[in-house]
This record gives sequence, structure tokens and C-alpha cells, in this order.
Amino acid sequence: MSVYQRPVHLFWWLERRAYVLFVLRELSSVFVAWFVVFLLLLVNAISDGAASYQRFLDWSGQWWMVAINVLAMLFVLLHVVTWFGLAPRAMAIKVRGSRVPAKQIVAAHYLAWLVLSAAVAWLVVR
Amino acid sequence: MAATEITLEVARYRPGVDSEPVLQSYQVPLREHWAILDGLTYVKDHLDGTLSFRWSCRMGICGSCGMTVNGEPQLSCATFLTDYAPGPIRVEPLHNFPVVRDLVVDIDDFMTKLPKVKPWVIREVQSPIEEGEYLQTPEEMDECQQFSMCINCMLCYSACPVYSLEPDFLGPAAIALAQRYNLDSRDEGADERRDVLSSPEGIWACTFVGECSAVCPKGVDPAGAIQRYKLTAATQSIKELLMPRSLIPRSKG
Amino acid sequence: MADYHDVVVVGGGGAGLRAAIAVAETNPALRVAVISKVYPMRSHTVSAEGGAAAVAAPDDTLDEHAYDTVSGSDWLCDQDAVEAFVAEAPRELLRLEHWGCPWSRQPDGKIAVRAFGGMKKKRTWFAADRTGFHLLHTLFQTALSYSDIVRYDEWYVTKILVDDGRAYGVVAIELATGRIETITANAVILCTGGCGRVFPFTTNANIKTGDGMALAYRAGAPLKDMEFVQYHPTGLPFTGILITEAARAEGGWLINKEGYRYLQDYDLGTPTPEPVLRNMELGPRDRLSQAFVHEVEKGRTIQTPYGPVVLLDLRHLGAKLIDAKLPFVRELCSKYQNIDPVTELVPVRPVVHYMMGGVHTDIRGATPLDGLYAAGEVACVSINGANRLGSNSLPECLVFGNRAGRAAAVFAARYHREVPASIIAQGRDEERRLAAELGRRVEGHQRIADIRTEMQAAMENGAGIYRDGDSLTKAAHELAELRLRFQHAGIDDHSTNFNTELIAWLELGFMLDVAECIIDSAALREESRGAHQRTDFPARDDDRFLAHSLVRRQPDGTSRVGYLPVTITRWPPGERIYGR
Repeated sequence: MSVYQRPVHLFWWLERRAYVLFVLRELSSVFVAWFVVFLLLLVNAISDGAASYQRFLDWSGQWWMVAINVLAMLFVLLHVVTWFGLAPRAMAIKVRGSRVPAKQIVAAHYLAWLVLSAAVAWLVVR
Repeated sequence: MAATEITLEVARYRPGVDSEPVLQSYQVPLREHWAILDGLTYVKDHLDGTLSFRWSCRMGICGSCGMTVNGEPQLSCATFLTDYAPGPIRVEPLHNFPVVRDLVVDIDDFMTKLPKVKPWVIREVQSPIEEGEYLQTPEEMDECQQFSMCINCMLCYSACPVYSLEPDFLGPAAIALAQRYNLDSRDEGADERRDVLSSPEGIWACTFVGECSAVCPKGVDPAGAIQRYKLTAATQSIKELLMPRSLIPRSKG
Repeated sequence: MADYHDVVVVGGGGAGLRAAIAVAETNPALRVAVISKVYPMRSHTVSAEGGAAAVAAPDDTLDEHAYDTVSGSDWLCDQDAVEAFVAEAPRELLRLEHWGCPWSRQPDGKIAVRAFGGMKKKRTWFAADRTGFHLLHTLFQTALSYSDIVRYDEWYVTKILVDDGRAYGVVAIELATGRIETITANAVILCTGGCGRVFPFTTNANIKTGDGMALAYRAGAPLKDMEFVQYHPTGLPFTGILITEAARAEGGWLINKEGYRYLQDYDLGTPTPEPVLRNMELGPRDRLSQAFVHEVEKGRTIQTPYGPVVLLDLRHLGAKLIDAKLPFVRELCSKYQNIDPVTELVPVRPVVHYMMGGVHTDIRGATPLDGLYAAGEVACVSINGANRLGSNSLPECLVFGNRAGRAAAVFAARYHREVPASIIAQGRDEERRLAAELGRRVEGHQRIADIRTEMQAAMENGAGIYRDGDSLTKAAHELAELRLRFQHAGIDDHSTNFNTELIAWLELGFMLDVAECIIDSAALREESRGAHQRTDFPARDDDRFLAHSLVRRQPDGTSRVGYLPVTITRWPPGERIYGR
């Protein structure tokens, strides 16, 4: 019996909006990795002394570095927002017999994010 | 004046004749209450007897008539012509499956995978029928109720890009049905299902696109089932790393 | 080389899967196969909504279930069969529970039961209002654990092979490839469901074309009580989608266009706000559907483009109860009728739902042909007589599926594999016939759909809720003419791959046979009983017709109707009393 197999095109992910979002979310891992590398470079620069740290700052201040980091932040934000949106699916939490509504689980995630960010900000600017 | 007809552009694939599907247009009456399926049966009865498609209950419960309507996987008996007016409406077979003929796809792959997750009650000791029912409170039943609603219509497989890229993936419905039994208070088979579910072709192949749940006509949420099981499996693995297996209580999905 | 199995089950719905499991459990050494024209989980059992009856409550007894069934059948059932049925039904439903069926529960974890039409006690087990769906999927998934059960999914059986009064297997065609195969067996169990599709307006799925009834009839087995066609009182107009009797059992009211609960005018009791068992909306289906016809005659129904309707009022039940007990009703109303039963009235009209008649079997599920068994709607044991009670059909599938499976297993094990040469020859003849039909080209031929539509109209006009001698004679003539036209029906599709037009053509042939049996049996029953109401013979006539009709196929293709006495054990014929 000859059957027809629909080929998978290179741009299959453009077929549906959800696929595009999904591929962008997958792509965001590259930028997460970039942030890790950037952080390691920063730590390395600091450990090499003040001059090295200044060189790092100058390098980071160039327009294309700023552009890369803004782009990276947007992707990481996308990752966070979509991830938080999906969190209630993985977590079936029950309180006194009834399941905690999805909205509350999402809200708890954003709250935790806010608290952590505030803590980091406090550490940095104090 | 409102249109009285609408155009269906139906994918035709005749094995041995066509090398790939071609669209054929049919004019069908545009009537209130008419589903895409009514349009297709009109074609078959009055215009072209050679069009092949599956259908049976026409009330959204048998799962036969899944098709791709304007790019979206749908039950054709529960998708209505008037919602697509003035048309045309493109009707194609479900994506991600080999096409046997016209709108008919081959779902043997799912039928082969389904038994692998052991979708039946497993117990160490079967109580005799004479002792009556296994007690199960409505709250306990609620745990697995949602995942027991799967009608095997295959819309989730059709929407899943992982399945299209990795045909070995167990897939949303099969995993949701495994979870249906894992979460059933009467079942003790979670450990037996674990190896298959935790394999690379199981839950870990899922990258959480979430489209399976978006297209599910019965609100089963297979994506949720998979994510929940990932959490269970991960927790179980960590426990095993820290404690000898014999001390770990039986998992409950 | 032909395939061989010890037992072949035709049909993969509730009865078929139960039978296959019964064979596997009775004798694991037997090779059992299930042949189905659809994947088993697509079978029409999936559409059953309301529930399955079996005595469970402490205040209920087997005798009461039996009496409700006997009186509901207008005394045409066989009481030995009913006694066996009510005794085994609880066990079967418990077995389903052990297999994982998500029966609705009481707060303490025990099985919950609801009221149902014609039942004096609450004894209908339910899984919300998707009972058939859960029952079928539980059976299908459980059957998967029996790896020895071989499945022929999407194979269509065209003939039962018979030699010297014994069935030896079937010929079937694989839809996907067009491959035609002779599949021999020591025993064949028919579980193919009913034939609602011979009527134009039915709750039945597209697959319910009476295949098994016609296969048995052509093989020489008689069909029993075919004149009894159940109209369910509440179907959605246009689609015919079933709105379950559970909607009334939970407290729904049937009202006419004046907002009047009209059933009180038809000797069904007096209206009460809360549902009362065997009263008003909880009367039997035949009486409720007949009351509708009288409302139409009185001009108290509402005209719609899809015929007259009355209204089902569920509004007073509230969203909470409807979502808990009748979620599927709400989903169906919203999707197919664009109304919300929580706030709006549901238009309904009677719709063909079930065949009380079918292949004649004994209490073990055996037909008069050696090696041929039948169970479920295709069979007539008979526990349903002239009118089936709601929620008796699902347990019937299980009880008699199990019985037929066990009996067939015992029968099959008695014989070695022995296939007479004539059987192989018959198989080859059938293969040649099918191949020839596939290639047959007819100029200016008749359309299959046209003949089918006219057959359905003839059946509704001739053998509807009320019939008479004239309407039945007219229908018989129309069917004879359609049969001639069918000889000239051709198919446009000559492909071997998933040729649904060939299947539709074969199904139409089967439906014409079954339609003739219904008409011929109805014409000869000159009385009114249960679902068979003759305006020219309005009274029940126990002297002449307390008997099953048996229709047999003659060598020339015509039918001959005979009669068989009804088995009465403990409940002598009496008056059917509801609401008083």
C-alpha cells in the first residue's frame, strides 16, 4: 500500500503562531547560555583587577554589545513569561481537597520572581 | 442576500494515481447547523461518491472524523460551515500521519504505542467480584477524571511538532492515558509504566509546546499530564539517588 | 491460504469486546480474533449516555428489576432470559468497575445509582452521562492487556461461511488495502449492533447498518421480533443526537408549546415537582413517544424546519447539578443546538434509537446455526420483548457478550480445526464476487444515496411509531421497487484503497434485507404491543400474538414469518401500569 507522507519543511514552525512562539522559546536557551558566559567573563574580569574590570566595562558599553544584551533580555523575558504561563499545568497542588486555581499558581511565580529580583537589586545597590 | 453555498477545497489523494494530495473544490449548501462533516457527506451522496473519509457518531464522541480544517486539527462533526463563511474552507487529512487515501490517515502507530503504556488497571491482588467494588470517593475519582476523557481522535498528535520530528515519541494521548491509570486510586501499576514513560521516547521527548492541549476537543490537557509526570519522575529519581529503592514508597503517578 | 482462529468475534463494541475477553478467560489456549469495520473504540457503544441497570441498592431486589423489565417489554420477553440477565448484571458491572470503569460514586466511595424510565427503583449505574464512552474505553483498554486477542481493525465482513448447518468462518475485506480474505473459525460471534440507519432520523451512528442481522439472515439464521423498533422520546431535531433519559431522571420535564406537562393526559400519572419512579417523564420510552404523536395531532407541538418538537425543561435543575450529572447533555446542546439547557428549553422529538429484535439466540447466545453466536443489539435473546427499558442495553451487552463468549469457547474447543472443502470454495466465490463488484461499471446507474434515502423514507412512513396494514403494504411495495433499483446501483469508485463507496453499497444491500424483515414482521402482527402500534389493531392480543415472530430467508430470497412461544416463568401477562 503506498501512503503519502507529508514532508517536514524547514519552516514548518511558521505554520502556526503557537509553533513560532515555541521555537522562539527554544531559541531563548541560546541567550540564557550567553548570559551565563557574560557573567563568567565579568567574574573573570573582576578577579584580574581594576584595569581588567574597566576594560570589560568599556567592551560591554559598545553599542553592539548593548544591542546583544537587550535582545538577550527580551528572549529571557519571553522564556520566563511563557514558562510561568505553563507552570500550572505541571503543578497540581491541592489545598484542603480542592485544586489551587491556575491563576494563583501563576501569580505565586511572578511574586517569587519579584521578591528575588528585589533581593538581588538590594544586594547590588546597597 | 446571504450566500446559500460555500466552497469546500478537499484534499484528494489516490494512491497509485496521485504522487501527492491535490485540492478539489466542491460547492455545498451553506446551512445553519451543518458541520463540515455534513458538507462532506453531501459531496459523497450527491456530487462525488469517490471521496473517502471516516465518520460515525457525528456527536463528537467516537473520535473518527479528525481532519485539518483551514490548517487547524478539528473534529469535522463539531466544526460548523457557518463559522467559516463565506469560505472557501480547506479540508485536509490530519497532519503527522501517513495518508492512506483522501482524508483517511493511518493511525496504526498510535494503536501500537498505546498498549506499551499499559492502559489498564494493574493490581498486585485482584479482589474477588463478590467482595464488591473498590471504594473510590468522588474526590479520588476527580484525580484521573480529566485524563479519562480521551476519545483517541488523534488531534493532539496532529498538532504536536515533536511527533512530526520524532516519530518514536509516545505522544500526548498515550501518555495522558498512562497518567489516567497512574492517578486512579484503584491502580497500583505506576512502577510498571515508569520505564516506558521515562524513556527518551516518553515524557522527556516533550518540549512542552502545549498545542496538544489547545486542540483537544475534550479538554483532556495531555500537556499537563506530561508535565506532571516529569515532576513525578524527577522527584522519584532524586529520591532513588538519595535512598535505597526498598525504602521508597510506591509512586502514585 | 486462509487465516484461521478458533473463535472469530465480528464487531468490537461493548458486546464484542466482552465476548472476546470471555473467550480468552474461559480457555487461554484458544485463538480469538475481533473483526471490526471501525477501530473498536469507535463502536457505537461509545454514544450511550445515561447508564447501565443492575441491582445495587439495599432496598432493591432482582425480582423487581425482572418485573420492571417484563412489564416494560409488554410481556414479550423470555422470562428465563430476564431472570438470568438481572442476576448476572450486577456482577458484570462490578467487573467493569474492577477493570477501571469510572462509575460515578457516592461520597463514601460506593457506586452511585440514578433513576431511569420504567424502573421502580434507582438501579442505573452511571459515569456522569458518558456511560457508554467510559464502558467501551474501559473494555477496549482492558482487552489490550490480553495480548492473545488478535484484532482485524477496519475489516468489513461480507459473508458468513456455512456448510451443513454449521458456521465455519467469514469472508472479510480490509478497508485500507482492499484485500479480501477468507477467515475460518470453529465459532463465530456476531456483535455488530443494530440497524437504526434503515430509518431517516436516528440516534444511531453511521456504522449501524444492520450488517450482522443481514449476515445471519443470509446464512440461514432467523431474525426475531424485528417489528419492534424503539423510538427514544428525546432526540435533538435535525441531527437526531440523543438527549439521555437521565435528563428526565434527574428531574427534567417534557412540556408542549403551551408549557403544559402533557404526559399527564396519557395515563402516565400526575405531575410532581420532584421525579417519581415509573411516573410521568419516567414512564417507558414507547409510551412517551406515542404521547408525542398525539400531541402533534392535537396541534400542541412547535413547528420547526426539522419537524414538530416538544420541549425539555432542565432549567430548574440548575448549573451545578447539570454540570455534575449531565455535562455531556450541556455540551451537545451548546455545540449542536446553540442553546444552554441551564437557561433555555431544549427542543426534542422522538427518534429511532434501538432494535428490540435481532438474530434469534437462546439464553447462551447460540443461534440455531451450529457455531454461530450473537450478543448485544444484533441479537434477540429476548430480554427486551416489545419495548426495551432504558439502561438495560449496556448490561445486556456485557451479560450476553460474556455468555456468548463462554459458550462459543466451549463449542470451539470441541472441534479440531476442520474446514470442509466447500467452505474454501465458498470463500473463493465470495472473493470473486467482491472483486467483480469493485470493477463493475454501470451506465446511467442509480445513486446509492438516493436509494438509501428513499428506503429510509419508506420505513418512516410505513413503520413509524404508529403503523397500519396500508402503510406497511405500501412500504413493502416501495422496498421491492428499491430492491430492483439496487440491482442497477453501481459504484464510481474502483479503487482498492479505503473504498468507502463499496462499503456503502454493501451496507445498503444489508439494510434492504433488514428493512424487508421489519416490514414483513410488522405486517403480520395484527395487534398493538409495546413499540409496535397498529392503528388498525389497537389492542394487545395475547391469544394470537403472545409469541415471538421469526423471519427466515427462503431460497428465492423472500422472507417467511413464523412464530415461537414466549417463555413465561413467574409473571403471567398483565396490564402495564405507570403512574398509578
